[in-house]
Amino acid sequence: MTDLTDGAALDVILGDTRFPLDVRFPSDLRYIERVVGAVSRNCAALSFSDRVCNLQIPVALSEALSNAILYGNGEDVSKRVRLRAKVDDRSLVLEVADEGKGFDLEACTSDPTSPENLEREDGRGLFLMRRLMDRVERFTDNGNVVRLTLLRT
Amino acid sequence: MSFAIKKQGDVCVVDVEGQLIVGNRQELKQKVLDEIERGERKFLIDFSQTGYIDSSGLGVLVSLSKKIREAAGELRLANLNDDLKTLFELTKLDTLFQIADTREDGLNSF
Repeated sequence: MTDLTDGAALDVILGDTRFPLDVRFPSDLRYIERVVGAVSRNCAALSFSDRVCNLQIPVALSEALSNAILYGNGEDVSKRVRLRAKVDDRSLVLEVADEGKGFDLEACTSDPTSPENLEREDGRGLFLMRRLMDRVERFTDNGNVVRLTLLRT
Repeated sequence: MSFAIKKQGDVCVVDVEGQLIVGNRQELKQKVLDEIERGERKFLIDFSQTGYIDSSGLGVLVSLSKKIREAAGELRLANLNDDLKTLFELTKLDTLFQIADTREDGLNSF
Protein backbone atom coordinates (compact mmCIF):
# COMPACT_ATOMS: atom_id res chain seq x y z
CA MET A 1 0.00 0.00 0.00
CA THR A 2 1.19 3.51 -0.81
CA ASP A 3 0.50 6.15 1.82
CA LEU A 4 0.52 9.68 0.48
CA THR A 5 0.69 12.97 2.27
CA ASP A 6 0.71 15.51 -0.53
CA GLY A 7 -0.75 16.00 -4.00
CA ALA A 8 2.58 16.11 -5.83
CA ALA A 9 3.52 12.68 -4.50
CA LEU A 10 0.11 11.42 -5.51
CA ASP A 11 0.64 12.53 -9.10
CA VAL A 12 4.02 10.82 -9.26
CA ILE A 13 2.66 7.59 -7.86
CA LEU A 14 -0.55 7.53 -9.86
CA GLY A 15 1.08 8.67 -13.10
CA ASP A 16 2.67 5.29 -13.62
CA THR A 17 0.48 3.02 -11.57
CA ARG A 18 -1.07 -0.17 -12.86
CA PHE A 19 -3.72 -2.34 -11.26
CA PRO A 20 -3.85 -3.65 -8.62
CA LEU A 21 -3.89 -0.25 -6.97
CA ASP A 22 -3.70 0.29 -3.22
CA VAL A 23 -3.30 3.88 -2.14
CA ARG A 24 -4.14 5.89 0.96
CA PHE A 25 -4.51 9.67 0.96
CA PRO A 26 -5.76 12.50 3.20
CA SER A 27 -9.46 13.42 3.33
CA ASP A 28 -9.20 16.31 0.90
CA LEU A 29 -11.65 16.70 -1.99
CA ARG A 30 -8.86 17.95 -4.25
CA TYR A 31 -7.48 14.39 -4.50
CA ILE A 32 -10.61 12.99 -6.12
CA GLU A 33 -10.01 14.13 -9.68
CA ARG A 34 -6.46 12.79 -9.76
CA VAL A 35 -7.35 9.44 -8.23
CA VAL A 36 -10.33 9.01 -10.54
CA GLY A 37 -8.18 9.96 -13.53
CA ALA A 38 -5.62 7.28 -12.67
CA VAL A 39 -8.26 4.57 -12.36
CA SER A 40 -9.96 5.62 -15.61
CA ARG A 41 -6.63 5.60 -17.47
CA ASN A 42 -5.95 2.09 -16.20
CA CYS A 43 -9.35 0.95 -17.38
CA ALA A 44 -8.81 2.51 -20.79
CA ALA A 45 -5.47 0.72 -21.08
CA LEU A 46 -7.30 -2.53 -20.36
CA SER A 47 -9.73 -1.83 -23.21
CA PHE A 48 -12.78 -1.09 -21.10
CA SER A 49 -15.37 0.76 -23.18
CA ASP A 50 -15.44 4.54 -23.50
CA ARG A 51 -18.72 4.54 -21.59
CA VAL A 52 -17.07 2.75 -18.67
CA CYS A 53 -13.95 4.95 -18.70
CA ASN A 54 -15.66 8.29 -19.28
CA LEU A 55 -18.90 7.91 -17.34
CA GLN A 56 -19.41 4.85 -15.19
CA ILE A 57 -16.05 4.72 -13.40
CA PRO A 58 -15.50 8.48 -13.02
CA VAL A 59 -18.94 9.23 -11.64
CA ALA A 60 -19.38 6.16 -9.44
CA LEU A 61 -15.87 6.39 -7.98
CA SER A 62 -16.17 10.15 -7.43
CA GLU A 63 -19.34 9.52 -5.45
CA ALA A 64 -17.72 6.86 -3.29
CA LEU A 65 -14.63 8.99 -2.64
CA SER A 66 -16.57 12.14 -1.84
CA ASN A 67 -18.85 10.22 0.53
CA ALA A 68 -15.77 8.83 2.29
CA ILE A 69 -14.12 12.25 2.58
CA LEU A 70 -17.20 14.31 3.46
CA TYR A 71 -19.30 11.95 5.55
CA GLY A 72 -17.04 9.07 6.59
CA ASN A 73 -14.09 11.21 7.64
CA GLY A 74 -15.84 14.56 8.04
CA GLU A 75 -13.18 16.24 5.86
CA ASP A 76 -10.66 15.74 8.65
CA VAL A 77 -7.37 15.69 6.70
CA SER A 78 -5.70 13.70 9.46
CA LYS A 79 -8.02 10.83 8.55
CA ARG A 80 -7.22 8.75 5.48
CA VAL A 81 -9.19 7.34 2.61
CA ARG A 82 -7.94 4.09 1.12
CA LEU A 83 -8.67 3.02 -2.43
CA ARG A 84 -8.03 -0.49 -3.64
CA ALA A 85 -8.64 -1.36 -7.27
CA LYS A 86 -8.22 -4.72 -8.89
CA VAL A 87 -9.31 -6.29 -12.11
CA ASP A 88 -9.50 -9.81 -13.48
CA ASP A 89 -11.19 -11.49 -16.43
CA ARG A 90 -14.59 -11.25 -14.82
CA SER A 91 -14.78 -7.91 -13.06
CA LEU A 92 -13.33 -4.62 -11.92
CA VAL A 93 -13.58 -4.14 -8.15
CA LEU A 94 -13.07 -0.78 -6.44
CA GLU A 95 -13.02 -0.57 -2.64
CA VAL A 96 -13.13 2.79 -0.89
CA ALA A 97 -12.46 2.73 2.86
CA ASP A 98 -12.80 5.54 5.38
CA GLU A 99 -12.45 5.84 9.14
CA GLY A 100 -16.13 6.47 9.81
CA LYS A 101 -18.76 4.30 11.38
CA GLY A 102 -20.45 3.46 8.11
CA PHE A 103 -24.05 3.70 7.10
CA ASP A 104 -26.95 1.45 6.30
CA LEU A 105 -26.84 1.03 2.54
CA GLU A 106 -30.24 -0.63 2.43
CA ALA A 107 -31.86 2.28 4.28
CA CYS A 108 -30.78 4.69 1.54
CA THR A 109 -33.48 4.02 -0.99
CA SER A 110 -34.96 7.42 -1.79
CA ASP A 111 -35.57 7.94 -5.50
CA PRO A 112 -34.09 11.25 -6.71
CA THR A 113 -36.02 10.93 -9.96
CA SER A 114 -39.44 11.12 -8.30
CA PRO A 115 -41.30 14.40 -8.89
CA GLU A 116 -41.00 15.47 -5.23
CA ASN A 117 -37.22 14.91 -5.22
CA LEU A 118 -36.30 16.07 -8.71
CA GLU A 119 -35.43 19.61 -7.64
CA ARG A 120 -33.45 18.57 -4.60
CA GLU A 121 -29.78 19.46 -4.73
CA ASP A 122 -28.64 16.31 -2.94
CA GLY A 123 -29.57 12.64 -2.86
CA ARG A 124 -28.21 11.44 -6.21
CA GLY A 125 -24.85 9.98 -5.18
CA LEU A 126 -25.81 6.50 -4.09
CA PHE A 127 -28.46 6.33 -6.79
CA LEU A 128 -25.82 6.99 -9.46
CA MET A 129 -23.42 4.45 -7.97
CA ARG A 130 -26.13 1.81 -8.12
CA ARG A 131 -27.18 2.70 -11.65
CA LEU A 132 -23.65 2.88 -13.05
CA MET A 133 -22.13 -0.16 -11.32
CA ASP A 134 -23.31 -3.78 -11.35
CA ARG A 135 -22.99 -4.13 -7.58
CA VAL A 136 -22.62 -1.73 -4.63
CA GLU A 137 -21.87 -3.22 -1.22
CA ARG A 138 -20.88 -1.85 2.18
CA PHE A 139 -19.08 -3.70 4.92
CA THR A 140 -16.72 -3.16 7.83
CA ASP A 141 -13.05 -4.10 7.61
CA ASN A 142 -10.97 -2.00 10.00
CA GLY A 143 -13.23 0.87 8.94
CA ASN A 144 -16.11 1.51 6.65
CA VAL A 145 -15.75 0.09 3.13
CA VAL A 146 -17.85 0.61 0.03
CA ARG A 147 -17.18 -1.91 -2.74
CA LEU A 148 -18.13 -1.13 -6.32
CA THR A 149 -18.14 -4.01 -8.80
CA LEU A 150 -18.39 -3.74 -12.56
CA LEU A 151 -18.69 -7.00 -14.45
CA ARG A 152 -16.75 -7.46 -17.67
CA THR A 153 -19.14 -8.67 -20.31
CA MET B 1 -10.69 22.79 -14.67
CA SER B 2 -12.13 26.28 -15.04
CA PHE B 3 -15.32 28.21 -15.61
CA ALA B 4 -15.07 30.96 -18.22
CA ILE B 5 -17.94 33.43 -18.46
CA LYS B 6 -18.49 35.78 -21.37
CA LYS B 7 -21.38 37.71 -22.85
CA GLN B 8 -22.86 36.84 -26.23
CA GLY B 9 -25.48 39.50 -26.90
CA ASP B 10 -27.58 39.61 -23.76
CA VAL B 11 -26.74 36.02 -22.77
CA CYS B 12 -24.16 35.06 -20.17
CA VAL B 13 -22.34 32.02 -21.56
CA VAL B 14 -20.48 29.78 -19.12
CA ASP B 15 -17.95 27.28 -20.47
CA VAL B 16 -17.29 24.39 -18.10
CA GLU B 17 -13.78 23.13 -18.87
CA GLY B 18 -12.83 19.85 -17.19
CA GLN B 19 -14.90 18.22 -14.49
CA LEU B 20 -17.86 19.65 -12.59
CA ILE B 21 -17.53 17.84 -9.28
CA VAL B 22 -17.71 18.22 -5.54
CA GLY B 23 -14.33 19.96 -5.36
CA ASN B 24 -15.20 22.87 -7.67
CA ARG B 25 -18.99 23.12 -7.81
CA GLN B 26 -19.09 26.10 -5.39
CA GLU B 27 -16.86 28.08 -7.74
CA LEU B 28 -19.35 27.69 -10.58
CA LYS B 29 -22.27 28.49 -8.30
CA GLN B 30 -20.66 31.65 -6.97
CA LYS B 31 -19.68 32.90 -10.43
CA VAL B 32 -23.24 32.56 -11.71
CA LEU B 33 -24.74 34.06 -8.55
CA ASP B 34 -22.39 37.03 -8.95
CA GLU B 35 -23.69 37.55 -12.48
CA ILE B 36 -27.30 37.38 -11.26
CA GLU B 37 -26.37 39.98 -8.66
CA ARG B 38 -24.98 42.19 -11.44
CA GLY B 39 -28.33 42.00 -13.21
CA GLU B 40 -27.76 39.23 -15.74
CA ARG B 41 -30.85 37.12 -16.42
CA LYS B 42 -30.12 34.89 -19.41
CA PHE B 43 -27.63 32.06 -18.91
CA LEU B 44 -26.31 29.34 -21.15
CA ILE B 45 -23.96 26.70 -19.73
CA ASP B 46 -21.88 25.03 -22.44
CA PHE B 47 -20.52 21.54 -21.70
CA SER B 48 -18.55 20.96 -24.90
CA GLN B 49 -15.27 21.00 -22.93
CA THR B 50 -16.60 19.06 -19.93
CA GLY B 51 -15.35 15.65 -18.82
CA TYR B 52 -17.74 14.29 -16.25
CA ILE B 53 -20.24 15.64 -13.73
CA ASP B 54 -20.88 14.06 -10.33
CA SER B 55 -23.99 14.28 -8.16
CA SER B 56 -22.71 17.45 -6.48
CA GLY B 57 -22.25 19.08 -9.87
CA LEU B 58 -25.77 18.07 -10.86
CA GLY B 59 -26.99 19.46 -7.55
CA VAL B 60 -25.39 22.83 -8.26
CA LEU B 61 -27.05 22.97 -11.67
CA VAL B 62 -30.42 22.25 -10.02
CA SER B 63 -29.71 24.97 -7.45
CA LEU B 64 -28.74 27.50 -10.12
CA SER B 65 -31.83 26.73 -12.18
CA LYS B 66 -33.94 27.63 -9.14
CA LYS B 67 -31.95 30.80 -8.38
CA ILE B 68 -32.18 31.96 -11.99
CA ARG B 69 -35.91 31.21 -12.11
CA GLU B 70 -36.47 33.10 -8.85
CA ALA B 71 -34.72 36.08 -10.43
CA ALA B 72 -37.12 35.82 -13.39
CA GLY B 73 -34.28 34.64 -15.58
CA GLU B 74 -33.77 31.76 -17.97
CA LEU B 75 -31.20 28.95 -18.15
CA ARG B 76 -30.20 26.75 -21.06
CA LEU B 77 -27.71 23.90 -21.16
CA ALA B 78 -25.88 23.02 -24.37
CA ASN B 79 -23.44 20.59 -25.96
CA LEU B 80 -23.91 17.58 -23.69
CA ASN B 81 -21.98 14.62 -25.07
CA ASP B 82 -23.57 11.16 -25.09
CA ASP B 83 -22.22 10.25 -21.65
CA LEU B 84 -23.49 13.46 -20.09
CA LYS B 85 -26.86 13.01 -21.81
CA THR B 86 -27.06 9.56 -20.24
CA LEU B 87 -26.32 11.08 -16.84
CA PHE B 88 -29.15 13.59 -17.23
CA GLU B 89 -31.50 10.87 -18.47
CA LEU B 90 -30.67 8.50 -15.60
CA THR B 91 -31.46 11.23 -13.09
CA LYS B 92 -34.41 12.55 -15.16
CA LEU B 93 -32.83 15.98 -15.03
CA ASP B 94 -33.29 16.09 -18.79
CA THR B 95 -36.93 16.85 -17.91
CA LEU B 96 -35.99 19.74 -15.64
CA PHE B 97 -33.59 21.63 -17.90
CA GLN B 98 -33.93 23.05 -21.37
CA ILE B 99 -31.10 21.33 -23.21
CA ALA B 100 -29.91 22.45 -26.64
CA ASP B 101 -27.79 20.36 -28.98
CA THR B 102 -25.49 23.25 -29.83
CA ARG B 103 -24.47 26.59 -28.40
CA GLU B 104 -26.15 28.36 -31.33
CA ASP B 105 -29.40 26.48 -30.79
CA GLY B 106 -29.24 27.41 -27.12
CA LEU B 107 -28.61 31.08 -27.84
CA ASN B 108 -31.45 31.16 -30.36
CA SER B 109 -33.88 29.56 -27.90
CA PHE B 110 -34.15 32.57 -25.58
